[in-house]
Amino acid sequence: MRKAELTTAILLLLLSGLVVYEAIRLGFGWGLEGPQPGFFIFWLGLALGVCSSITIGRLLFDRTIFQGQEFMPKASWPEVLKVFLPMVGAVVLMEFFGFYIASVIYLAFFMRWVGRFSWTTLLLIAFLFAFSHYLVFEKWFLVPLPKGILEAYIGL
Amino acid sequence: MDSLSNLFLGFGIALTLYNVLIASVGVFLGIIIGILPGLGGTSGVAILLPLTFVMAPTSAIIFLTSIYWGALFGGVITSILFNIPGEPWSVAATFDGYPMAKQGRAGYALSLAFIGGFFASLVSIILFSFFAPPLAELALQFGPPEYFAVMLLAFSTFVGLGGGSAIKNLTAALIGFLLASVGLDIVTGTPRLTFDSIALLSGFNFVTVCIGLFGIGEILISAEEALEFKGQQGKIGIKDVVLTIADTFRSWVTWLTGTLLGFWVGVLPGTGATPASFMAYGMARQYSRQPEKFGTGITEGLLSTQSAAQAAGIGSLLPLVTLGVPGSPTAAVMLGGLYIWGLQPGPLLFIEKPDFVWGLMASMYVGNVIGLLMCLLLVPFFTMILRIPYAILAPVIVLISSVGAYAVNNRLVDVWLMLLFGVVGYVFKKIQIPLAPLVIALVLGDMTETALRQSFIMSHGSLAIFFTRPISAACTTIAIMLFIFPTLRLMVPWMRERLWVPQGGG
Repeated sequence: MRKAELTTAILLLLLSGLVVYEAIRLGFGWGLEGPQPGFFIFWLGLALGVCSSITIGRLLFDRTIFQGQEFMPKASWPEVLKVFLPMVGAVVLMEFFGFYIASVIYLAFFMRWVGRFSWTTLLLIAFLFAFSHYLVFEKWFLVPLPKGILEAYIGL
Repeated sequence: MDSLSNLFLGFGIALTLYNVLIASVGVFLGIIIGILPGLGGTSGVAILLPLTFVMAPTSAIIFLTSIYWGALFGGVITSILFNIPGEPWSVAATFDGYPMAKQGRAGYALSLAFIGGFFASLVSIILFSFFAPPLAELALQFGPPEYFAVMLLAFSTFVGLGGGSAIKNLTAALIGFLLASVGLDIVTGTPRLTFDSIALLSGFNFVTVCIGLFGIGEILISAEEALEFKGQQGKIGIKDVVLTIADTFRSWVTWLTGTLLGFWVGVLPGTGATPASFMAYGMARQYSRQPEKFGTGITEGLLSTQSAAQAAGIGSLLPLVTLGVPGSPTAAVMLGGLYIWGLQPGPLLFIEKPDFVWGLMASMYVGNVIGLLMCLLLVPFFTMILRIPYAILAPVIVLISSVGAYAVNNRLVDVWLMLLFGVVGYVFKKIQIPLAPLVIALVLGDMTETALRQSFIMSHGSLAIFFTRPISAACTTIAIMLFIFPTLRLMVPWMRERLWVPQGGG
């Protein structure tokens, strides 16, 4: 927990440094017609820097904060990754095959792997989902979703 | 009497077949979102926001607010039957709701929450229609300094009354403002914080960030807690309804305090239904003649928290419509919607789009009646939804979220950003950086910056402008006091006890 908090605070401190740098590049003073573009973000960056420095300082000086609290119990890591990694996979598939095929593969994979459904149930649900999405978004709400080669082939 | 004729105009809009249908679908989806513990009202509204792009603005706001009403009703169902709150604002409902259900009074508990909540909504909507026009009139005289002062007040409420660590509340708000300022500078058009990336040039889209932070973040959180739904069965009979109406009126003091407190907390920018529900519960216990009975299934306990939650939901729309400042994170998402539909939120809406404002007000009545009826009649059906296994629910929510993120700009980059913000939301929740100030800062970022810069242009760079105009002076002074308040709270021990407000979405 301490480590997670400290890492976040350090990252935020770096971020604030970046923001202040950008603000100085853009100019944060008084321009011809008023405050320059960097004006607002300069003060934001500065304030964020102060906030994260306070957090870092408190964590370093007071070792009792978060003592005994875990960011995540060790046993939970696989559970969370089990949900997160297929998500990433699904978006990668979307880049290549479009939304519909990616969603069928992702749903089927996740239901088989995590839920241990029978093949018939999961294929039924996966196709039903993709089809209902096609109807709702493409036909009803007229939101074209990303498509790949297969859809072009059947002429959708 | 002018308001009354306007309200009739509103009903003419809200009661068209299309809008009633839209409201029913919204309430229905909202109740489902309310029931599912992995999906909150804020993320639900964010995920479904892209569906409104093809609707007329009035129908779109009816749809989104109906989802909110549905979620406010629905969250309490799982609290009572399974002891698992479906929404952060129904946590306090478990304290007395679940014991009631365990004693075999599940039907009574559900009915009490629905009926009490419904009447609370009703009173709040009347308060809303009473306060909104004069407030909007007042806001019409606002210049940039007043707007900036109101924004300052909104964020100081988080720091001063937001509960949790003041530094973390401030950090969250600053991150939100910074995210909002990525892209073209609103005044001069210079690219800022884009680091020569084309994807960043258009800035971080509000919808994408929200879906990521709330939708994906909540899925990841719920991955850890293998939830199991073992609980009581609930069915509401006519007898329960009659009995609970009688009991609501018998405990009218508790109910009315809960409602008024909830409405007021809802109106305060930034704080929503969640803190309201806890505060009302605490207050009901403190002033009860039998405080030791709270937590054992007492009518007043459940009644106070649920009426406050629903009143706060309505209240949080008041500053949204009149000032363009959202009263809760969920209202912040709706504000994002208003911009997308091409409306300029704020007092001018009353003049330029009366059909929108009054249609919305009338639809609040309609939506809450629909919500009450659906809840009373369909509880067994809604509890069935909880039997859907996580292995189906999680990927379906992820896919619907991706569609939402994609549909904003038709770019897959946004889906990647959604995943990134999902991780950010997950980590922030873990280390207790609150998401509510972040989201509100993100929506209000442009407006706040414009107001600040215009004020400085007016005053030639002098800060005095915030203190010389009466309204902005009052707001700025209160805001500064609220910013100092956490430091005071650390020094004076009794204040820590009394004035603690739980944080959370809403």
